[in-house]
Amino acid sequence: MSALSHLFRFHGGIKPATHKTESSDARIRPAPLPARLVVPLIQSSRGSARPVVTVGDTVLKGQCIGEAQGQAGTAIHAPTSGTVVEIGLYPMAHASGLDSLAIVIEPDFEERWIESEPLNLAHASREEMILRIQASGIVGMGGATFPSHIKVGNAIDTLILNGAECEPWITCDDRLMRERAADVITGATILARLTGAKRIVVGIEDNKPEAIAAMTQAAHSVGADEIDLGTIDVVAVPARYPAGGEKQLIRVLTGIEVTSGKLATDYGVQCFNVGTAHAVCRALVHGEALVSRVVTVTGNVERPGNYEVLLGTPAADLLALAGAKPDTNRALMGGPMMGFTLPSLSTPIVKGANCVIAASPKLFPPAPPEQPCIRCGTCARACPIELHPFELYWFSRAKNFDKVEAYHIFDCIECGCCTYVCPAHIPLVDYFRFAKSEMRAKNEERKAAEQARARFASRSARLEREKAEKAARLAAKAAETRAQLAASGEAAAAAPERQEAAAPSAEQKADPT
Amino acid sequence: MTSPHIRLDNNSVQRVMLYVLLALVPGIVAYVWNVGAGILVNIAIASVTALGAEALVLKLRNRPIAITLTDGSAIVTAWLIALALPSIVPWWLTVIAVLIGIVGAKHLYGGIGQNPFNPAMAAYCAAIIAYPALMSQWPAVGQVDFATQLQLILGGGREIDGITGATALDAMRTGLRKNEAVSAIFESTAFGYAGGNGWEYIGAGYLLGGLFLLWRRIISWHLPFAFIAGMGLTATLFWAISPEQYPSPLFHLASGGAMLGAFFIVTDPVTSASTPRGKLIFAAGVGIIAWFVRTFGVYPEGVAFGVLLMNIGVPLIDRKTQPPIFGRRGGKQP
Repeated sequence: MSALSHLFRFHGGIKPATHKTESSDARIRPAPLPARLVVPLIQSSRGSARPVVTVGDTVLKGQCIGEAQGQAGTAIHAPTSGTVVEIGLYPMAHASGLDSLAIVIEPDFEERWIESEPLNLAHASREEMILRIQASGIVGMGGATFPSHIKVGNAIDTLILNGAECEPWITCDDRLMRERAADVITGATILARLTGAKRIVVGIEDNKPEAIAAMTQAAHSVGADEIDLGTIDVVAVPARYPAGGEKQLIRVLTGIEVTSGKLATDYGVQCFNVGTAHAVCRALVHGEALVSRVVTVTGNVERPGNYEVLLGTPAADLLALAGAKPDTNRALMGGPMMGFTLPSLSTPIVKGANCVIAASPKLFPPAPPEQPCIRCGTCARACPIELHPFELYWFSRAKNFDKVEAYHIFDCIECGCCTYVCPAHIPLVDYFRFAKSEMRAKNEERKAAEQARARFASRSARLEREKAEKAARLAAKAAETRAQLAASGEAAAAAPERQEAAAPSAEQKADPT
Repeated sequence: MTSPHIRLDNNSVQRVMLYVLLALVPGIVAYVWNVGAGILVNIAIASVTALGAEALVLKLRNRPIAITLTDGSAIVTAWLIALALPSIVPWWLTVIAVLIGIVGAKHLYGGIGQNPFNPAMAAYCAAIIAYPALMSQWPAVGQVDFATQLQLILGGGREIDGITGATALDAMRTGLRKNEAVSAIFESTAFGYAGGNGWEYIGAGYLLGGLFLLWRRIISWHLPFAFIAGMGLTATLFWAISPEQYPSPLFHLASGGAMLGAFFIVTDPVTSASTPRGKLIFAAGVGIIAWFVRTFGVYPEGVAFGVLLMNIGVPLIDRKTQPPIFGRRGGKQP
């Protein structure tokens, strides 16, 4: 439980105004039940759940309403007790603003839990525990929403608990670590047990001393015999965005540079968000499915705060709760660096939603007009991946996609550092998103074309073959006929006069004179 | 609106250009102090011409005028041209040079950010090739009052005997051509402590401004470092072999446009290489070429030729020096 002797660096990064103090002192309070909960069936980065309730059904809090589909699927649960009133399409909490199927529940305001079945961790098998994680609907709560039961399937040495929370404004993980450190650490030890990790390293940005203290204390109180674990280190990492990026945090804490195209697990490392660890603890120790999460509500509001929010609660309810100021013109979900503008204020809170920021033109002014790039290289200095964003920009603009790919655009994590520092106010990340989507579309087209070509080739081959077969058949038939004729040769020779008699008549036909 | 939703405050191309202009001030002050205020007139003529030409071309090209005109880049080019030309050239030569820089080198290639050649150096080279005599008439330090300078700049007649003096680079070249020893040449009044008498203070002013730009992270250390190293090491090599035939590296660095070149010319982001290794190659190349032009060429100063020659190589240099990126370093693990 000592600090690591040596931390490593990642290139670039930025230090934007953190705006953490607005909400970091606000304790986590339960958000009131909304009139309707809209629970999307897509809450994982790996597919959607299948509804297992119908309109009119009464559900209990924590009851499974969406069944995990397939190996990577995760379940969806009723966030409170009530009645299913609709299953329909609602805008997703996603930058695309696309609709997804959602189950709408009208709460009965009794908050009746389904009978909980905590696992007896001392006796539960690894498989039972992993199944429980899947059945509890747990996904990565840092925002990536990758199914946790898949992640624990890989054996690792070092489990990294991500408490960096490097995006400005967001404080939900900070509060979670301060107030529920014991649960977070317990969850982490469970994850370590499942993955066989011998070491847990908790990475927290050094601008959260209270969280570091609370987590250190919680780590100390873990009994050595409780788990088969070597050490738990709580480490203060320098506050520099994007220190909480998975590969950046792994780099800082372990020095490992995860090779492009490889996974952290290939290096015996796996990264989990503190919120995920907390959810794992609630699910396995307390038998509670994932039905709520801590959300920071901040920005252009009277009372910034952190709330325990039922999944499916409309963002508008949270903004009203925090007292959004009149000049609020939009809301961001996530932080200002990588978050997105909510397509509508009624968009519900989902498992990956860590923050809702009320934005006003004054607080988040539109970017100044774009100017030509002067190749100053400020973006390259800020890029944590060490890309040269201005080169990618020139090639993206020119739609020179071969070059864009050669300059490794698909290694870009869209952290936004380049756009943040660009003196010409070029929305670089937008250009990269454009190039990526164009290239993906082109790739799809190419695949489709290749498929069509393959289909055409096989059709041509089939037609050719059929033709050949037909010809062969005909030839065989002709040969057979000839053979028959030959066999009856004597008969033909015996009747030559018939052929000779036929010939003059043909001549007569050809020459009507 | 898409992420990121926040931008760095007080960050703009204007600010970058403003810092560059600010960094030129110590050099200009030293210029005025040692040589006279004529340079200010040239700077004014160059600035007005640059802004006018920029506005005109932007209008002809149907581009937004206000935002580009106010980005400060034209003013920077204008100041650099004015400082590169002798401060008593007639006004029309300054105008022509600026037009070549702004219209020819910058806008014909697509405007700011698109030009492969450094506009100020393209202008300087065009001027020295077209008007070699006028371009070699530098005012003698401390001997030409402002009125005379003004008359030379604005007026027609050029009674220049006794007014102009050989620059240190000129005197050195001429002396060496006559097979004089470096130490003997240094006896002339054209020389100060290390470079040209008086001019070395101006170089020091540029150095000061350059350090300011480094401190403010407007420029990266690679470019001035490599330029100084390229010129300095080449000079050291020859000087070590034959100190009476080849002047010292200090002389080279303190003379002519070395300091202006190191901190304000090779550091032009648009026309220099962009990768760290590329910057080193580019600027070292400029320094080496400049030394060779000074030593063996027909022109006393070679920084501009070095810059233009290396500008040609920038796309290749950049392509061949792309640094490895995070996660693609090839098995380099702790």
